[in-house]
Amino acid sequence: MKGTLKSIFRVFMVLAILVILAFMSGIVFIIDETKQVVITQFGKPVGKPITDAGLHFKKPLIQQANYFEKRVLQWDGDPNQIPTKDKKYIWVDTYARWRITKALEFLQSVGNEINAHARLDDIVNSATRDVITGHLLVEAIRDTNRILETEVEEADVSLAEEALERIEVGRNTLEGLILERASRLAPQYVIELVDVRIKRINYVKEVRDKVYDRMIAERKRAAERYRSEGLGKSAEISGQLAKELKLITSEAYRKAQVLKGKADAEAVTIYGQAYNQDPDFYSFVKTLETYRNTIDENSTIILTTDADYYKYLKGLK
Amino acid sequence: MDWDKIRKPEDIIDVGKAKFGDTSKFLPWIIAGFIVLVSLKGLLYSIGPEEVGVIQRFGKYMRLSPPGLHVKLPFGIERVTPVPVKRVLKEEFGIRTLRPGVRTQYSAREYLEESLMLTGDLNILDVRWIVQFKVKDPVALLFNVRDPVENIRDISEVVMRRFVGDYRVDEVLTTKREEVDDLVQQEMQSILDRYQTGIQVVTVKLLDVNPPEKVRPAFNEVNEAKQEREKMINQAWEAYNKAIPRARGEAEKTIREAEGYSLDKINRAKGESERFLAVLAEYEKAPQITQKRLYLETLLDVLPKAKEKYVIDPEQSSILPLLQIGQKGGVE
Repeated sequence: MKGTLKSIFRVFMVLAILVILAFMSGIVFIIDETKQVVITQFGKPVGKPITDAGLHFKKPLIQQANYFEKRVLQWDGDPNQIPTKDKKYIWVDTYARWRITKALEFLQSVGNEINAHARLDDIVNSATRDVITGHLLVEAIRDTNRILETEVEEADVSLAEEALERIEVGRNTLEGLILERASRLAPQYVIELVDVRIKRINYVKEVRDKVYDRMIAERKRAAERYRSEGLGKSAEISGQLAKELKLITSEAYRKAQVLKGKADAEAVTIYGQAYNQDPDFYSFVKTLETYRNTIDENSTIILTTDADYYKYLKGLK
Repeated sequence: MDWDKIRKPEDIIDVGKAKFGDTSKFLPWIIAGFIVLVSLKGLLYSIGPEEVGVIQRFGKYMRLSPPGLHVKLPFGIERVTPVPVKRVLKEEFGIRTLRPGVRTQYSAREYLEESLMLTGDLNILDVRWIVQFKVKDPVALLFNVRDPVENIRDISEVVMRRFVGDYRVDEVLTTKREEVDDLVQQEMQSILDRYQTGIQVVTVKLLDVNPPEKVRPAFNEVNEAKQEREKMINQAWEAYNKAIPRARGEAEKTIREAEGYSLDKINRAKGESERFLAVLAEYEKAPQITQKRLYLETLLDVLPKAKEKYVIDPEQSSILPLLQIGQKGGVE
């Protein structure tokens, strides 16, 4: 019993040592899902690249396993200062996604990822430069003509002249053009460019300061417009006020005059009807009445002796 | 020196054998126990409730394992990578959270190289936003792209800039923020899917969108001017509302007064004419004497009131000297 256990244990130990030896000597090697391998014998490639993950075998000592990435890799370029077709200087920052599709050729012509990045620097930067210099600034910024086609209910500012350019191609299309051009330059079958994108576009400092100045000027203009709109609207309301005031008072005046006129006319009729009965008597009575009303303590009365009043006085003389 | 005491090499080996002989019986058991411990540690693994385990055997993808305690082959034959598939992760652009909490602290540093971008009307905006995402396919996540988070950051910047570049300053600042959020989310997802990253964008949210520092006062001035405009209009309406109802009232007053005037006038006319008619009726009974009586009565009333009275002869050619004399010494 003890003997069998011991022998099982011995077998196990031997196996374990064999496995460890196999790995150490390089007969067996592991490929991860993210990797692919090219076997070389004294630097000379042997067979096709191995892209299946799992356990693999090779000759020990004389053969070497060269690992390469199978995943999509990123390349991030340095920002480049590039003039556009309309002579605007901008910083353009691009990134690319690439993949090692043919590991064998990659090993032979590029070697490693650092070299690949150096090549991508040249390829993508020059493709970007070509495409950007061939297009207007607005074409690199905008994607569509949406901004020209949508009406804004209350825009603070009108659009800058240069922004009004109608574009045929937009940013997305430019990215496509860069990718196309870069793919043509890329060593074919070695690096597959999956995508090239414009990550950032910014004005160079001098232009940016000018843009800030323009933005400030635009805003000031908008502010002035609001203020003058306020003044205008306010004046309009005051005008309306003055007009309505005049309307109201004149209307009232008119109505009052009509009323008074009617009353006066009616009074005239009433007086007429009464006084027409005896006009002479009316004038006599009315005259007397005016005497009463006009003569007061300040009046001086001069009467001749011919007056009726002194008729008797004179007669006695 | 006692040469007898000096041990020969054979003696040492014998002593060693005698001592070691006892322990050499247990040695295999010690090694076996050690191996069992190691393999147990490599045999069992646990997956958290928000995770999924990706199992690879010799680097080759085998299976996924749900949360819980599981068994795998030990000694590095099978390897497990837990991927948090249920957790929503966040990337920030233009800001950085220092310490999340009830009152989240944000870094005071500005990340202008991330946040400054051009709008469609060729202005510059400082745009800050976040992207929330989660892993929808752990296998794709691990095996298709090298640095998924870096991909999210890059793609988000690309897409955000492209859409902001299609809108006006005012729109990004105010009215179209949600529209931009949605468009960016959709476009990001389509690019991530094209790279087969296995990532699901949950939300894209614009946070602070501001004009650049230098331009901000001018933008505020516009807002102030807007307020000022409203204020001026309100003040004008206030004056209007103050004046118009009062004017209406006054107009009403004028009309009422005119109506009063009418009544007065007509009543007077009626009164006076009736009085006249009444007098006339009496007068007609004895015209001569009544006329005289009225005349004399009037004079009786009137003459005493007058300050000065002169009676002159009609033959007197001029009354002027007389008046002058009277005035000179008159009031003494």
